[in-house]
Amino acid sequence: MRGLNFDIAHFLAGTLVLLSFMQLYQDRLTALLHIFALHALVLALSVGWQAYVQDAPHLYVTAAIALVFKAIVIPVVLRRIIVRLGIHREIETVGGIGLTMLAGIGLVALSMVVILRVTGGADPFAREDLAFALAVILLGLLMMVSRRNAVSQVIGFMSLENGLVLAATGAKGMPLVVEISVAFSILIAFIVIGIFLFRIRERFDTVDVGALDRFRGDRA
Amino acid sequence: MNVANHAGAITAVLLALAAAGVPLARAARGPFIFYLLSALVAVAAAASGAFALWKGGISVVSLPIGLAETGVSLRLDALSATFIVIVNVAIALSSLYALGYGREEKEPARVLPFYALFVLGMNLVLVADDAFSFLVAWEFMSLSSWALVVVKHREEENRRAGALYLVMAFIGALALIFAFGLMAAGGGNYLFDAMRGHALAPIEAAVVLLLAIVGAGSKSGLVPLHAWLPPAHAAAPSHVSALMSGVMTKVAVYGFIRIVFDLMGAPAPWWAMIVLALAGITTVLGVLYAMMQHDLKRLLAYHTVENIGIIYIGLGLALAFKAHGFTRAAALAATAAIFHVFNHSVFKSLLFFGAGAVQNASGTRDLEDLGGLIHRMPLTAFTFLVGCVAISALPPLNGFVSEWLTFQAILQSPDLPEWGLKFLVPAVGALLALSAALAAACFVKAFGITFLGRPRTRAAREAEETDRFSLAAMFVLAALCFAAGTFSGVFIDALAPAVGQIAGERLPVQLSQPWLTLVPVAEGRSSYNGLLVLLFITFNGFFTAFVIHALASKKVRRGPAWDCGFPDPSPATQYTASSFAQPIRRVFGTLVFRARDTVEMPPPGSMRAARFDAGIHDLIWDALYAPAIGSVAHAAEKLNRLQFLTIRRYLSLVFLALILLLLVFALWL
Repeated sequence: MRGLNFDIAHFLAGTLVLLSFMQLYQDRLTALLHIFALHALVLALSVGWQAYVQDAPHLYVTAAIALVFKAIVIPVVLRRIIVRLGIHREIETVGGIGLTMLAGIGLVALSMVVILRVTGGADPFAREDLAFALAVILLGLLMMVSRRNAVSQVIGFMSLENGLVLAATGAKGMPLVVEISVAFSILIAFIVIGIFLFRIRERFDTVDVGALDRFRGDRA
Repeated sequence: MNVANHAGAITAVLLALAAAGVPLARAARGPFIFYLLSALVAVAAAASGAFALWKGGISVVSLPIGLAETGVSLRLDALSATFIVIVNVAIALSSLYALGYGREEKEPARVLPFYALFVLGMNLVLVADDAFSFLVAWEFMSLSSWALVVVKHREEENRRAGALYLVMAFIGALALIFAFGLMAAGGGNYLFDAMRGHALAPIEAAVVLLLAIVGAGSKSGLVPLHAWLPPAHAAAPSHVSALMSGVMTKVAVYGFIRIVFDLMGAPAPWWAMIVLALAGITTVLGVLYAMMQHDLKRLLAYHTVENIGIIYIGLGLALAFKAHGFTRAAALAATAAIFHVFNHSVFKSLLFFGAGAVQNASGTRDLEDLGGLIHRMPLTAFTFLVGCVAISALPPLNGFVSEWLTFQAILQSPDLPEWGLKFLVPAVGALLALSAALAAACFVKAFGITFLGRPRTRAAREAEETDRFSLAAMFVLAALCFAAGTFSGVFIDALAPAVGQIAGERLPVQLSQPWLTLVPVAEGRSSYNGLLVLLFITFNGFFTAFVIHALASKKVRRGPAWDCGFPDPSPATQYTASSFAQPIRRVFGTLVFRARDTVEMPPPGSMRAARFDAGIHDLIWDALYAPAIGSVAHAAEKLNRLQFLTIRRYLSLVFLALILLLLVFALWL
């Protein structure tokens, strides 16, 4: 089983982790968006490869969903939102890139330790995939908590979801229903968040979530 | 009788009654019909239990409902059957009492459904044979009784009592869950049968014992977990107070016996030491607290604490003897404990009924506002007096017999090989003797201040005798007190199967002794004949009365008018409940309650009245409960900030929690 199949799967999943890292230090929204589109594209490739390797044609559907929605529709829509909000040139203060990156490295190490230990006897395909997927999920979460801008939080959430899909497709025998429902719920979440962005913008003239806290009279 | 039929019928009827409770509460005769039906159910359940006891044998059934793998297992053995009879006799009489008492209820819809559920919960605890159904039934009992405690929820005091009760009930249930969890971990699953088959390691046994004491002990009111009991029992309607004090605490005792004697396997001597030490303290503190009370129902509730202590002394002795293989002595101690369970449920129900009648008639339960009720309510006064004599453990009534048996068991203790127990048991015996004397003093106070003397308020002066249903219930209970005191052999023989089950041996058949004599150990050591004592007391009483009336009263005597101790005609100058308690407060109070009496005299020339303040502290509350409540409040205050975080901080919290769990996982595995 080890051979080219494994190497390519490994390579694609590793690329996803790498792209997650790149997202962490992008302080410009448009650049971040591009990286995210690339992230989704690599995810689609990875899922497609899994479909080929596992000989599971329904995974092609998942790959297509990832490609169409995540790599094309969502980035395009998000880009339009950014442009309409007039924040495409804004530079976000990420705050301590070095620290964030160190935390990210720690998270990847943690996910390796956890998954590789737990799945001792499992298929190496699934093992590596799960470890990378957990890393992508944790990095997405890290992105969500380290950013202040609502748009970049949305992107963090999306890349977290990419990690989920990676995990789901890495395991053999995952029925299509699960993937479709996950993709669908993400779409719904995206729509809701998009609407929220505009509402926030209307009210507060900014998508910095710190404004919400100020509005609540909070001692953020 | 098959346990499935027994439990199924009770469950079906009581659930139907609970559902019918709300519509019935609205109808004019609804509560009457409701209580009549619940009395009939209880009578039927008691009969079914008695039949099972008479027939002997164990009936087990496993129903395919509830949790997968475990299901619901029920079991009816001698122990359950004995408790079913004890519990349901009290429930039946309580329902009979409520036929009259329930009419006074302002909001019957708040009482009826929960009353049925409460009765159901107690009955199901007694037949449960796996941890899940036991705990579900136990919680049914706790929650429905909580709803009954807060029936009069508009009074601040009752709400506080309810809140405290709820918290203690949750802590107790949590302890039981852990106890069962530990036993199930060894036995393989949550069936009691699996737990029986598995012996616990000493450390596990220690933890399970402590958890059982916290779980079942808090429900039955063992010091220092008793704090919820007096306020809760005082707050509920009187027939429910009688059930909570007389019956629910017994169901908790059953839970303790089931866990410690049945499920945990062979006992070790040090279990007995823990139980005995706690029980001795409980006995004395319960009665001392009771002495300080001037709320009639609280006073009775504190006496429940005392009597629970006596029951646990019996159980602790049974554990000690069983651990050393003295099964005959263990049987004696267990008989004493279970007989006291029955006796206490009888006379405590009787006393609570009396207190309820007094409260209904006069509108108060404060002793300082009562007095002279024997003229207005002679029948209630008579039955209450019987209850007082019984609970004070005076012959020839039932309380004496079970306490006497407990003392007989204590006298067996020199046979025990362990020095710890050799010293502890006589000390506990001394505590028991002390508490018996104090209990007598306390009930002289309760009866004397309530029923004797002159009425202290207008309400007490105009009180009316209570209704016939309440009186009927009280007279039946009083008759039971006499019967169990005089014909104790019958009762002890009836308890023998249950005793045999928990102690491994039963007492010799008492009915074979001539003239209803009780010979628990051997003829040469001790024996008691209730009938003889009754006859002696009756004869002596009548003879003395006759002599005095015939020889002394008829003479015409002249002398200076004696003011009968009341130089001032106001009834307020009578001896009060607090003055009655004062000597005992002086003797024990300074140590146990840190009691302080301060007299403040006005300076010469001042017209101000002098002031006398008597204050007592509940040291257990101060040392145990107040810090716990304080720290919870403090933590709540600190954690309150978490309600006002920003979205990002919430996300960070979730993130950190996830990382922490993964780290634990990574390091631990």
